[in-house]
Amino acid sequence: MDDLHNDGRRDNSDTRFDTSVLLKNAAKQRDERGYDDFLIIDVDSHHYETEAFKEIAQYISDPVLRDEAMFQGAGHGGITSELGSYQSMMGRVTRYPNRKKEKTPPAPHRDITLMRRWMDAMGVDIACMFPTPMLNLASCQRIEVQVGLAKAYNEWLCDRILSQDSRLKSMLYLPLHDPEACYDIVKQFGHRKGVIGFMITAPHYASVYSNAYAKSYSLLQELDVPLAFHAGFPSSDQGLKLTNRFIGLHALGFPWFNMIHMTNWIINGMPERFPKLKTIWIESGLAWIPFLMQRLDNEFMMRSSDAPLLKRLPSDYMREMYFSSQPMERVKNARALEVTFEMINAGSQLLYSSDYPHWDMDLPSTIYDLPFLDEIQKRNILGENARKLFKLPTDLSDAKLERRAARAAAQPAG
Amino acid sequence: MVDVPVCNEAELTNGEMRLVRSGKREIGVLRHDGRYFAYENSCPHQGGPACEGLLMPAVKDVIGENGVYTGQDYDRSEMHLVCPWHGYEFRLSDGRHAVDGDVRLRKYDAFARDGVVYVTV
Repeated sequence: MDDLHNDGRRDNSDTRFDTSVLLKNAAKQRDERGYDDFLIIDVDSHHYETEAFKEIAQYISDPVLRDEAMFQGAGHGGITSELGSYQSMMGRVTRYPNRKKEKTPPAPHRDITLMRRWMDAMGVDIACMFPTPMLNLASCQRIEVQVGLAKAYNEWLCDRILSQDSRLKSMLYLPLHDPEACYDIVKQFGHRKGVIGFMITAPHYASVYSNAYAKSYSLLQELDVPLAFHAGFPSSDQGLKLTNRFIGLHALGFPWFNMIHMTNWIINGMPERFPKLKTIWIESGLAWIPFLMQRLDNEFMMRSSDAPLLKRLPSDYMREMYFSSQPMERVKNARALEVTFEMINAGSQLLYSSDYPHWDMDLPSTIYDLPFLDEIQKRNILGENARKLFKLPTDLSDAKLERRAARAAAQPAG
Repeated sequence: MVDVPVCNEAELTNGEMRLVRSGKREIGVLRHDGRYFAYENSCPHQGGPACEGLLMPAVKDVIGENGVYTGQDYDRSEMHLVCPWHGYEFRLSDGRHAVDGDVRLRKYDAFARDGVVYVTV
């Protein structure tokens, strides 16, 4: 142990932490690229609901379950728990261990302050926030716990966060293993402030084409709000259990479940059965999409009787869906990314997402600096595509407006 | 080229880092095992403050006879500067990415003279 501490390494023990300081280079990029002049919307970002878990637990209506949740708490269980527990790579990604040190004022809610700090640093005006550990709630075999926590979290999020800040939005968690509960949640929360859609965490062992979900999908269509499939990586999956390192689990797990759901969604003709229901495929990167388009198109040409509801090629339906950008694969063959953008109609269908504060987050510059996009395309992907999809206002953040006003005031008169 | 004073030698202990500004650039000056290193505090990946991250020995898988995996260990002869945003690891010795040497931090000369640490910009 002594040896480990005397080899000249620097650790986090004495470091003070503040999101705005960590992201000072993002703020520099924001200013250099002139983000103050246009809207940026981030459709996939996160907070850590476990930090407010005791508040959330109070919203569980079943008193026994509530007490149990209060007693047990949330969060990861250490080194013997799932592989995802060491995402921070032993503290290399410093915001994981340092997060708890960050000081916030008593009001507004800590989650709101932390969200605003990174959003302002990056130049993000509006963010759609998702939970973090709860993304793996579907792996809990107690369906009543899934439902109880989903309802409590959604209620808490609407009450304490979304109602307090119009820059914060969410697509609410649906406990897919209980179709009736999904329907109830859409009905109950569909009109709440800040709710811009609903979300399924992709690692559900449930058939998304099941008739059991038809009335929920119909209601989503009627409300004209999208359904999102957020990727995840259950290390309990039999196939993924073969991976022993987080990099393998993550690289495969995140696209894998979205590929399964996408395949079932298309082959069972869901785009024809629910033609106005918009779907968003989140946090699987982009490289899987051309792969799946090619696989499905090729096989559909030989086996169209297997998917008789389809009137067009699978890729034609996929091109009308929406995809979030992160974690965008930055590979040496830049042409691969350009072709991907062409194949998915990125100009209108791609939605920028940071995934902040997770370890593989992407800044707006990952889109803004792409050499094959023009300024309009960049702004569409960074904000306008999402603004249109979610019917959001064009208002820039107060921080941007203040900087613009200060710049205008500094201009010489006349 | 100008030699910019960073701090007194005594202020920069083993493994520590100081930031200095040169025009629009921010440069991290580090001391490790009596040597000085200086890199621009901007990661070539997404612009993260690479010099402000952890300084750690390289990790290696230890493979024994007949290709048998026997565990992991640190290679203390190769220290890595780790960008805190995403974990890109750069060799402290030359600022190149631990695997892809084409990806590298912008390097500056750093040295001590008469008890003062300097970086040449």
